[in-house]
Amino acid sequence: MPLSLIPAEFNVQRDADLCIECGVCTRQCAHGCQNIDPEDGSVSSDEKLCVGCQRCVTLCPTGALQVVQRAEQGRYHAVWNTGARRAIARQAESGGMLLTGMGADKPFPLYWDRLFLNASQVTNPSIDPLREPMELRTFLGAKPDKIEFDQQGKPLTKLSPQLELEIPVIFSAMSYGSISLSAAMSLARAAAESGTYFNTGEGGLHRSLAQYGSNAIVQVASGRFGVTPAYLENSAAVEIKIGQGAKPGIGGHLPGEKVSADVSATRMIPQGADAISPAPHHDIYSIEDLKQLIYALKEATGYSKPISVKIAAVHNVVPIASGAVRAGADIVAMDGVRGGSGATPTMIRDNVGIPIELALGAVDAQLRKDGIRHRASLVVAGGFRNSADVMKAIALGADAVYIGTAALIGLGCHMCQKCYTGKCTWGIATQDPYLTKRLNPEIGVRRLKNLLRAWGLEMKEMLGGMGMNSIDSLRGNREMLRGIDMTEQELEILGVLPAGR
Amino acid sequence: MHRLPDFKIPAACGTAGILDRTGRRFNSEDVVRAMSVMRERGNGLGAGFVVYGIYPEHAEEYALHIMAMDQAGLDRLREYLPTALEVVHDEEIPTRPTPTIHDEPVLWRFFVRVPEKRLVGVEPRDERDYLVSTIMFINQEVEGAYVASSGKNMGVFKGVGYPEPIAEFYRLEEYLGHLWVSHTRFPTNTGGWWGGAHPFDVLEWSIVHNGELSSYGVNKRYVESNGYPCTLFTDSEVISYMFDLLCRRHKLSIEMACLAMACPEWEDIDREPDLTRKHLLTLMRQTYAGALLNGPFAVIAGYDGGMVGFCDRLKLRPLAAAIKGDRSYLASEEAAIWAVDGEPEESWPIDAGKPVVFTLEEEKVASLAHSC
Amino acid sequence: MKRIYTKEEYCIGCRLCEIYCIFEHSGHQTLVKAFRDEENLPEPAVMVEEEGPISFALQCRHCEDAPCVAACIAGAMTRDPETGVVHHDAEKCVGCWSCVMMCPFGGIHIDLEEGKVVSKCDLCGEEGIPACVLHCPNEALVYE
Ligand code: SF4
Ligand code: SF4
Ligand code: SF4
Repeated sequence: MPLSLIPAEFNVQRDADLCIECGVCTRQCAHGCQNIDPEDGSVSSDEKLCVGCQRCVTLCPTGALQVVQRAEQGRYHAVWNTGARRAIARQAESGGMLLTGMGADKPFPLYWDRLFLNASQVTNPSIDPLREPMELRTFLGAKPDKIEFDQQGKPLTKLSPQLELEIPVIFSAMSYGSISLSAAMSLARAAAESGTYFNTGEGGLHRSLAQYGSNAIVQVASGRFGVTPAYLENSAAVEIKIGQGAKPGIGGHLPGEKVSADVSATRMIPQGADAISPAPHHDIYSIEDLKQLIYALKEATGYSKPISVKIAAVHNVVPIASGAVRAGADIVAMDGVRGGSGATPTMIRDNVGIPIELALGAVDAQLRKDGIRHRASLVVAGGFRNSADVMKAIALGADAVYIGTAALIGLGCHMCQKCYTGKCTWGIATQDPYLTKRLNPEIGVRRLKNLLRAWGLEMKEMLGGMGMNSIDSLRGNREMLRGIDMTEQELEILGVLPAGR
Repeated sequence: MHRLPDFKIPAACGTAGILDRTGRRFNSEDVVRAMSVMRERGNGLGAGFVVYGIYPEHAEEYALHIMAMDQAGLDRLREYLPTALEVVHDEEIPTRPTPTIHDEPVLWRFFVRVPEKRLVGVEPRDERDYLVSTIMFINQEVEGAYVASSGKNMGVFKGVGYPEPIAEFYRLEEYLGHLWVSHTRFPTNTGGWWGGAHPFDVLEWSIVHNGELSSYGVNKRYVESNGYPCTLFTDSEVISYMFDLLCRRHKLSIEMACLAMACPEWEDIDREPDLTRKHLLTLMRQTYAGALLNGPFAVIAGYDGGMVGFCDRLKLRPLAAAIKGDRSYLASEEAAIWAVDGEPEESWPIDAGKPVVFTLEEEKVASLAHSC
Repeated sequence: MKRIYTKEEYCIGCRLCEIYCIFEHSGHQTLVKAFRDEENLPEPAVMVEEEGPISFALQCRHCEDAPCVAACIAGAMTRDPETGVVHHDAEKCVGCWSCVMMCPFGGIHIDLEEGKVVSKCDLCGEEGIPACVLHCPNEALVYE
């Protein structure tokens, strides 16, 4: 085999004064980087194999290890930097598309960091969440224009089916297959115990998760994996997946290695076979077709569940979202360019789509202008890092937020972006029984519940600070936002004033 | 006259409303006396009055009270109005020079009807919808003209100053009405704009308001997406549109409209033992999340049938109610009520989130309607 | 009495339990020092068994009816009637290995050179939590 020219990405630094040669690191590294010499028990690292997952660093009992990104290698070049050269070397050696996992890692503008929330001072009092109830409860689904009453004053208006959330944060679509059963179990149970929802992704619902059906948003994607009457029935809502922020316009590919016996049973495909989701739904080539599928699913579920349509935020997201609402979607989920994935071509992930902030700003404004904003709830996804991001999204007009990456980080993910290799050393994005054991769902559930609780506390504090005791009063309240570092046009799209005005 | 601001200015306020439930009409003296007690609550940068029952001779026409920046603004309006409405009569609003009042706009009133032909092909065929959009058009597009009130047999008189000089300026002692509501304002900025004073009005609904809505942005968007563009950046404007939307267009009762705007907390709804009511409250909150008013407020809303007072869900701003004889009172301070006619027969502070509605006695409403 | 239980499905085979067992019984203040003192490095009383993806940590079960106590010819193996902990007294141990043969779990470890029993779980955290349980990163060991 000729010499590989792919430059190593990481420096594995082992402090000899601290290393006790216990071998923990060698047992934890799933990428073959850390090795123990069978002769004398000494440990060493093959840095070229390191993916920077930090598993060894975290488990090393003496803190002897550090795994750090290498500085630029060779002569500095602003354009032909090491990353660019590494990508070319990888392709020159493999002849394949560059694959990656998680959301785009390019330094796109993060509008959340350019937006500031408001607080009350003097003219209206802030409200203390320790003394007054603070409401985060949110309902997702179509709302009527108005309520009509009969002669006796009894309401005649019937509400469409709704999802009831105790916190406007939902775990976004991550299929069993792309993530381990322990991870899926952690998400499902944490959602159920926190009063929110998880999303099955397009991988079907594993039988051990069936008991969490009433907290499940089940996806119907182009591959139709695992879609049965029972699957649709045992759910809180059904989501038609049109697109994903990490890979707008392309389908999905779960490599055969990840299709274990269990995954095959859940997805209803042969074991070891690649699971291919076509790029489009081959029964949806137009908005009328989408309407048909929405109503087919409503019929199939007896109009008892909200139907969501998930789209990637692309340039013409406004008419698409508005079309989805007019086609009967009860929820429109939009995933921005920073949205994550278990496997996606790097070039697509990093170059296709638009930031969710701008998509949300534009879509919410247009739906309001058209007077149809109440006919569907907006759920946004794609890189939500903390409760402040969530609050800003709600102030821009979102009803709720999908979190994927944040939830996985809560479970232990260290963002090495190697989900697609199936060798996640944290037991999250893998089906290897040796690795999946690393995620104890008892711990996972606890951590995710803590995460939601902590965000909830912060959100209540911020709400109270703005003089509100209900999240209803923040939804679409762009007066509570001010921007910095933005062009006039960006401010206009977001519908916010610059800070100081 | 100062230009209209393009941002929101918080303000604190004093309010008072007096209704004669039998429909007997009286002049401004009583309400002015009530307001004098609450001088502390204003800073002379805005005060106003709304009176119902003042134009019996024009009771069938909508009375448009206009504030124009200058003569040119009024001229532009004069040019536009006949293209949209039938002007039955118009006149200058009489005023008298008053020492502390200056910078006044050109003040005019038009009594108008909606011509039948304007409603051809309009669904639903409701002249009031047409009128609302005409008012919105004037406020947005007719430069320098602003509609201060637009109901029938009523009018808003407001400006920059304390309530007493404003009443004097507008010669309010010369008017007779069965319902008077007044407001004095403590805006936190310096520039006073005449149009920015309260009450705010759309058709029959006039609003005075003490407080600051933290939910303003949500409420504004809610009424805007229902066809009420907000041009004045004040809470009261939004609340007046909200009443028009909920009561007139959605046909909610006043109690239901107030419930939509100040619905109980989920904690209480969850505990509600009466399942029918629980269902209703849940439905209201889900449907009218955009109408929910949050933050401190105490509102007096006047309308053809009477007046309603209500406060936020935490009762962060004061409002007292009282009854004496044929009269009902609402005021920021009970002292203001005493100042008018001594100790009331009955008085109570308004509960958080629970509206108090004082209505004209039925037959009087009917006879008022016929008397013209 | 409380015992250490192992949850095989969550044992990731990292062997940190062994490492902390050694440290706990080394008498040293830091892990690094304990391991640098190779002369006196104790044997771990917990041992991780591993095959393929399956692994679990095993240590003395502190049986109620302890066969090792019955088998000990020197009275070195005793069971505290109050706490229920099975103790080993190295002074008294003669190295006959009767206990080793009787233990159905393989919980007793020997030193071939010295010929004596050298390590046996003493539930070091009797007052609190045993070191192995405390440091298991995945809660595969529980003390309850
Ligand atoms: S885990 Fe730490 S102490 Fe153990 S061998 Fe690896 S580097 Fe050395
Ligand atoms: S791949 Fe992960 S576990 Fe392996 S050496 Fe690198 S950081 Fe450590
Ligand atoms: S420390 Fe826990 S996970 Fe690691 S080997 Fe021991 S029992 Fe297993």
